[in-house]
Amino acid sequence: MSASARPIATTRSTAGMPTGRLAVWWVIASEIVIFGGLLGSYIMFRLSHDSFAAEAANTNMYVGAFNTWVLLTSSLFAVLGHKAAEEGNGPKAAKMLYLTFGGGLIFLLVKTWEWSEKISHGHTLSSSTFFSFYYTAAGLHALHVIAGMVIMAIVAQTAKRNLELHRVELIGIYWHFVDLVWIFLFPLLYIAK
Amino acid sequence: MATAPVHHETHDDHGHARAGFIRHYFFSTDHKMIAMQYMFTGMAMALIGGFFAYAFRMQLAFPGMDVPGFGVVSANEYNHLITNHGAIMIFWVAMPVLIAAFGNYLIPLMIGCDDMVFPKLNRLSYQIFLLSALILIASFFVPGGGFAGAWTMYPPLSTKPEFGLTPLGATLFVVAVGVEFVAFLLGGINFVTTAMNSRAPGMRMYDIPMVVWMIVIASILFMGSVGPLVAGAVMLIFDQNFGTAFFDPTRGGDPVLWQHLFWFFGHPEVYVVLLPAVGIVAEIITVFSRKKLFAYRTVLYTAFGTGVLSFMVWAHHQFIAGIDPRMANIFTITTLLISIPVAEMLFVYIATLFGGSITFTTPMLWALSFIATFLIGGVTGIFLGASGADIYLHDTYFVLAHFHYTFFPIAIIGTFAGITFWFPKMFGRMMNERLGKIHFWGTVIAFNCIFIPLFVVGVAGEHRRIYDFTNFPELARPALRNLDEFATISLLVMLAFQPIFLFNLFYSMFRGPKAPKNPWNSNTLEWSADSPPPHGNWPELPRVYRGPYEYSVPGREQDYWPQNAPN
Amino acid sequence: MIEMLGLPAASSFADDIDMVFSVIFWIVFFWFLLAEGVFFYLIFRFRKKEGVRAQYITGELKSEKRWITIPHNLILVFDVIIVIAAVKVWYTVKQDLPDAPDKQIVRIVAQQWAWTFVHPGPDGQLDTPDDIAKINELHVQVDRLHHFQLESKDVVHSFSVPVFRLKQDAIPGRVITGWFTPTKTGEYDIQCTEICGVGHALMPARIFIETADQHAAWVASNSSVSVASATVR
Repeated sequence: MSASARPIATTRSTAGMPTGRLAVWWVIASEIVIFGGLLGSYIMFRLSHDSFAAEAANTNMYVGAFNTWVLLTSSLFAVLGHKAAEEGNGPKAAKMLYLTFGGGLIFLLVKTWEWSEKISHGHTLSSSTFFSFYYTAAGLHALHVIAGMVIMAIVAQTAKRNLELHRVELIGIYWHFVDLVWIFLFPLLYIAK
Repeated sequence: MATAPVHHETHDDHGHARAGFIRHYFFSTDHKMIAMQYMFTGMAMALIGGFFAYAFRMQLAFPGMDVPGFGVVSANEYNHLITNHGAIMIFWVAMPVLIAAFGNYLIPLMIGCDDMVFPKLNRLSYQIFLLSALILIASFFVPGGGFAGAWTMYPPLSTKPEFGLTPLGATLFVVAVGVEFVAFLLGGINFVTTAMNSRAPGMRMYDIPMVVWMIVIASILFMGSVGPLVAGAVMLIFDQNFGTAFFDPTRGGDPVLWQHLFWFFGHPEVYVVLLPAVGIVAEIITVFSRKKLFAYRTVLYTAFGTGVLSFMVWAHHQFIAGIDPRMANIFTITTLLISIPVAEMLFVYIATLFGGSITFTTPMLWALSFIATFLIGGVTGIFLGASGADIYLHDTYFVLAHFHYTFFPIAIIGTFAGITFWFPKMFGRMMNERLGKIHFWGTVIAFNCIFIPLFVVGVAGEHRRIYDFTNFPELARPALRNLDEFATISLLVMLAFQPIFLFNLFYSMFRGPKAPKNPWNSNTLEWSADSPPPHGNWPELPRVYRGPYEYSVPGREQDYWPQNAPN
Repeated sequence: MIEMLGLPAASSFADDIDMVFSVIFWIVFFWFLLAEGVFFYLIFRFRKKEGVRAQYITGELKSEKRWITIPHNLILVFDVIIVIAAVKVWYTVKQDLPDAPDKQIVRIVAQQWAWTFVHPGPDGQLDTPDDIAKINELHVQVDRLHHFQLESKDVVHSFSVPVFRLKQDAIPGRVITGWFTPTKTGEYDIQCTEICGVGHALMPARIFIETADQHAAWVASNSSVSVASATVR
């Protein structure tokens, strides 16, 4: 027992699911409620304030659609990475994770450009309640993208050496969740006008 | 496992022994050490919260007096004291002690494994929690003073410095609460995963001790309810500092939205701290009445029922807050419905005592007093859940006395019950029974003397959060003032009894008689480990053969039957 | 029961609210005494005695569970009674807005840390030049229906008249309408019951409940010196 750095507790799976996967699902469950609270508040406002529709017209649906496509594609790479990890092919899994990472990076770059443009047109965090929600919700989501990318880089480093391959699946689940949040944000912030 | 990885935090330049000390007490990943860290941090915060209560109660009873140890309490200081008393007692005392300390200590030991599933995450959650406590304490000393807009943080008072007068304090307060939530989310994920996945071989669903169930359900409730408030806290901080207007009615926001986000969390939060205390009481009354827990599954289902219903009652805090009056009817019904599972839980405990062989040890006295006093908290809640009566009682001292009759049994009585019961396991020594009983009677009698009068002044119309009643002729009546004085003097008596506990705790920790492995002849797994258990808990992890409450089984010579005994 | 504590009931619905309180009190008190009585009896009866072993009762049998399910159902019944009583009063006070030809409308504006009460002048209309605005003084006429329009200029306040048993939060950005009919003459407290900053304890106001003649005299003596509307908004 002293030889292993991991307690025996971690290796058990009474619930029939590996501990890591179980924990990621609980992380996601608690994240859903956070985003749920924010988006729920947004929807309440949206329904009771007509001015939101006019403000929402200032968002660029095409940029949002492009970013949706980027994120979905990156999720595909995450799935391929998981598949490679299942086959025991660490280096390939790492490569797929780097591609996923790249997707996240493109997403953030587009977002940066989009936000700079919005700000230069006078749509800032405090210019209207719609834009307050726009920046808060998308910003909170972007933080999750960044966190996911950092973890993904670390996981890829170990996976390359064929170590801790089960982590590829875990970061994949998380990445799908981040993706899913965007699937909710996109229609709410960009399409509904 | 015993060789914890070396961290960059360890200061090698302090010499070997010192590095070892720091690593052992501050950067340990051992669940028991982390539990102790939570417990002692919680106790330290309780001293602060208690001191605040002392200062503002003195001001209330004797307006304008120079409070010994504090000075004259100004109106702003009064608001600051009540705000932080509430926040500290709930977020930095009840939560860390009941959920984090007992959860960390008991879950691995009671389900028979060597640690939490994520020991480093566990350590991180404590460190984040400590950070939140430090941020809160720092907020008392910033220019403008600590936040003074009540722990509910209703905007616009909390968002605009020109109204609240605490520009920095308000932000730091919200940040501290938010950081604390992160700590408990991490901790909760750890608890739930550990309890779900790492049970000892042979331990089925219904073999899990009740306290573990309760802490797990509480963690899930916390996770399910805190999210909107985390989002709300972000929005509030943005409103305070970055010019957004989520809650600012002058620019299209809505202050009532915050109240919904807050109470959607705030009400389940009551059950988040209630359930662990209820679990602790279940463990204690079964051991000291030598009885099987009456209807184990019923207790479990009532806990589930309470949990589900607790998400549907939040707006009873807002009956008169300008919500649609039709909504109040729905929330009256759900609120009264929740009385059923909670009452049933208490009935189960009372039924458990039937046919028992009760010994009145200190932990048992605490557990029994939990039932007796929480009952008062429960029944007085009916008045406030009933919308018609709440029109009058809202925000009076009746409300205050009601929730102190729930939170005091939970956070103080429940904690003392737990500490006195598991002390032999935690520190390998026995506590002094005589001192324990003196402390018990002094605390419980004084507690009732504080809050029974406050029910009366509440019904007579006295309102909360007013630092001096002299401006209100109806509240300045001598009869009410005398009751307030009586309550304050009772508080002084209660506080005077607390050093006895602290002395007993620390004296017994080092000088008490050595405790055997299983001093109370209890069934659950933690009593089969050494006292105190070493890192890793057991040389060989136990196996479970039966449920936790097999006391006085007919045909057996002993009146207990440990879960890990093969026959 | 509330009146016994020295607080007269001075509105048409105050007695109803007191009634709900009493109904709940007696129901709850009965259950409380019963539960504590059984509890202390059991503790005493089953204290440890030499040579007596505890019984083994699982509580899973139907015959045993009765001890839980019967009180459970009884509580449900009493809950229903309480809900009906509470909702009935709630409907009267908060949901319903009775109307009468001679109703009086007053505007109540809360701010840090004062109340402004705008009374209609001799013409009985608000927002006319003869409005009477008073700081921390509300003058109403006994046995006459009043509607109030509650506003807040800054933070959340709460308008409470203990003798009416009436309480309503004032939310900035909203106008909340409610009603009351005073039934006793006299001078009573108005209190702010939602923490509103450092001066929360410095927001006392008084309500003057006057007979028709007194009220008419008060209106007459104030209508000429109306500085009114301009200072209100």
